[in-house]
Amino acid sequence: MSNLISGAKILLECLVREGVECIFGYPGGVTLPFYDALYDHPIRHVLVRHEENAAFAAEGYARTTGKVGVCCATSGPGATNLTTGLVDAMMDSIPIVALTGQVSSKLIGSDAFQEADTFGITRPCTKHNYLVKNLAELPQIIHEAFYLAGSGRPGPVLVDIPKDVFQGHYQYQPVNSIHLPGYKIHLDGHAGQIRRAAQMMWEAKRPYVYGGGGVLASGATKELRELVETLDAPCVLTLMGLGSLPSSHPNFISMPGMHGSYASNMGMTECDLLIALGVRFDDRVTGRLAAFAPHAKVIHVDIDPAEIGKNRAADLPIVGDVKRVLTKLNKNLQELAPTMQEANSGSRREWWSQMRAWQTEHPLRIETSTEEIKPQHLISEIDRMSGGNAVVAVDVGQHQMWSAQFIRFNEPRLWLSSSGLGSMGFGLPAAIGAAFARPEKTVIAIMGDGGFQMSVPELGTIASHGLPVKMIIMNNGYLGMVRQWQELFYNNRLSSVTLDSFPDAEKLAGAYGFKGRTIEKPQELRAALEECFAEPGPYLLNVKVTPFENVFPMVPAGGAINEMVLSQPKPVTV
Amino acid sequence: MLQVISLLLENKPGALMRVTGLLSARGYNIESLTVARTTDPTLSRMTIVVEVDSTLRKQVIKQMNRLINVLQAADLSEGPAVARELVLMRVRAAMESRGAILKEAEIFGARVIDSTLEGFALEATGEAEKLDEFIDVMRSYGEIEVTRSGAVAVSLEPRKLRLSSPVATGAGTKSQSTTGVLNG
Repeated sequence: MSNLISGAKILLECLVREGVECIFGYPGGVTLPFYDALYDHPIRHVLVRHEENAAFAAEGYARTTGKVGVCCATSGPGATNLTTGLVDAMMDSIPIVALTGQVSSKLIGSDAFQEADTFGITRPCTKHNYLVKNLAELPQIIHEAFYLAGSGRPGPVLVDIPKDVFQGHYQYQPVNSIHLPGYKIHLDGHAGQIRRAAQMMWEAKRPYVYGGGGVLASGATKELRELVETLDAPCVLTLMGLGSLPSSHPNFISMPGMHGSYASNMGMTECDLLIALGVRFDDRVTGRLAAFAPHAKVIHVDIDPAEIGKNRAADLPIVGDVKRVLTKLNKNLQELAPTMQEANSGSRREWWSQMRAWQTEHPLRIETSTEEIKPQHLISEIDRMSGGNAVVAVDVGQHQMWSAQFIRFNEPRLWLSSSGLGSMGFGLPAAIGAAFARPEKTVIAIMGDGGFQMSVPELGTIASHGLPVKMIIMNNGYLGMVRQWQELFYNNRLSSVTLDSFPDAEKLAGAYGFKGRTIEKPQELRAALEECFAEPGPYLLNVKVTPFENVFPMVPAGGAINEMVLSQPKPVTV
Repeated sequence: MLQVISLLLENKPGALMRVTGLLSARGYNIESLTVARTTDPTLSRMTIVVEVDSTLRKQVIKQMNRLINVLQAADLSEGPAVARELVLMRVRAAMESRGAILKEAEIFGARVIDSTLEGFALEATGEAEKLDEFIDVMRSYGEIEVTRSGAVAVSLEPRKLRLSSPVATGAGTKSQSTTGVLNG
């Protein structure tokens, strides 16, 4: 009898064995037994104000640490509210485990109170999901879930647990081994392919490194740096890859794609060898696929075989973990260096002088004004405060693109952005997750006035824990990115994009018991940011910026990435 | 073009849903799908015929292989393979045509599984095109009712089944997975 313990306690035991320290969640009817067991358990539970934000916070935790983030919700509405976060984690390959309660086994299928087919609903939202049928299989499933979430190409895994499984008692035996015969991870790239890749790289006249989230996921930042320096190749990083090479590194160009820099996109278009590392040739990067990197041979390294050749055919595919592949590749490059390096130094000098010319010709422009705070000015001032060291969580829209363009990172895992799915409302909860994961770091949440209003309830979570998150709202009174498209492509018919009411930031923050302020003069900006960053607790800074500023460069939908609109088109006079 | 996919998958709840969901999420229409247990009751063999643009065939197989419950996905449209289908049919037959129907059935290698005053129940196996002809011929004799099984297919060359080995729990985010080889 003494060895029988409850399902809820078995679950906690498994979580401890997986190294879980913190769960973001929201309780409910069927998870009551679990929350009862949590009551006096060392694992910390952070009560968010909406389940969607539990998933985003778990992502923020995972993105900043590389560990598996954990979120928890009750059955029915709790589980359905998680789905956006699950898809978000799926699109960006972020390791999270979601635990959901389900109605008791005998009620499943009876349209019971708060019943939803979570297993069915979340099947396409997850890397894998489980419905626990009996308590005996719970430990096995939990360990499988963590293994699946964190290994290979990371992603979200959901475990749906009926109430009677939490309540049942079972003789707990720790599970020491898991077996997923159909789960194939290809870690080591093909040695012959890697050798050929090294040869191609030395032979290329205009090699170009295109790094993405896979570099961060595999922890290959050191290896990436070595590659870039050995080859002396320019390097662009996708929205997911920012921070995998320090922004101050001379070989780092910028982000490519729809709002990438001129030099990044011209480099893509003119390179003769594209070294694609942990990227998926997303449409926001490639623009019109047929015109993307037209002169380049492609070396594509990815842990997921399904990404190779999905959008762009690879001349040399290497399936493997970026870190492992680069470690071998760098060795091969070094071996070939004595014979090859000298031979192509001339072409490399030419390539760099071309790259530098593009950079000087059309740099990313920080607009300033003495009348209004320009959004780019705001972002560059935030960057000055961060100095490349703060965690920066962004929401989705114009501010996200300007942040990607102007904010520098000295190390990996400081940049949190809902990149693939583009989920508004991501920024603030992601910052909460980061604040718990990296309490020693300054955490900044940059949001638009639209996304912030999707996250307002989380001010409660921030207040409860006194989280010193620097909440900065780039407030232009519009859903800026949608407005930009309406202006440029829909005859400026501004349809449902005006956010003409916004709460008084000082009062709103004050209502939650922390400081807030609104500014609109460029002269106030620096002092206001300094006050915000000096505050030991939460701070809400609402910055009114030029309403009609647009993000440039911009590749119109369906355009080739070298066909950028570089600045505001002149109004046509009739 | 029609692609014949053979899957070996774990016989687990939701496994079928994962396969069909993957296809429908990419907008592919399933022409036929059959599934049954193998000699190992923990595994199922599935044959799927799906309409896929020829440039996407490799991608479909890769996506299938990503599913955790799938042990092996193979494109049988490439390489030697046979596909067969079963047809069960009732044909209403007037007395004077019964002899002719039996003759035709014999030509197509069909068997009579039931005979009543109204007509016959027949079964036939073969390639899909042959069965189409059989159905057309039978229709000329009278009212028919047809159930087709969809294709079941087998590769004619041995394929190595590569399975992952067990790993230790809590192995962390970057655990090593070695690959063992079994004969399948």
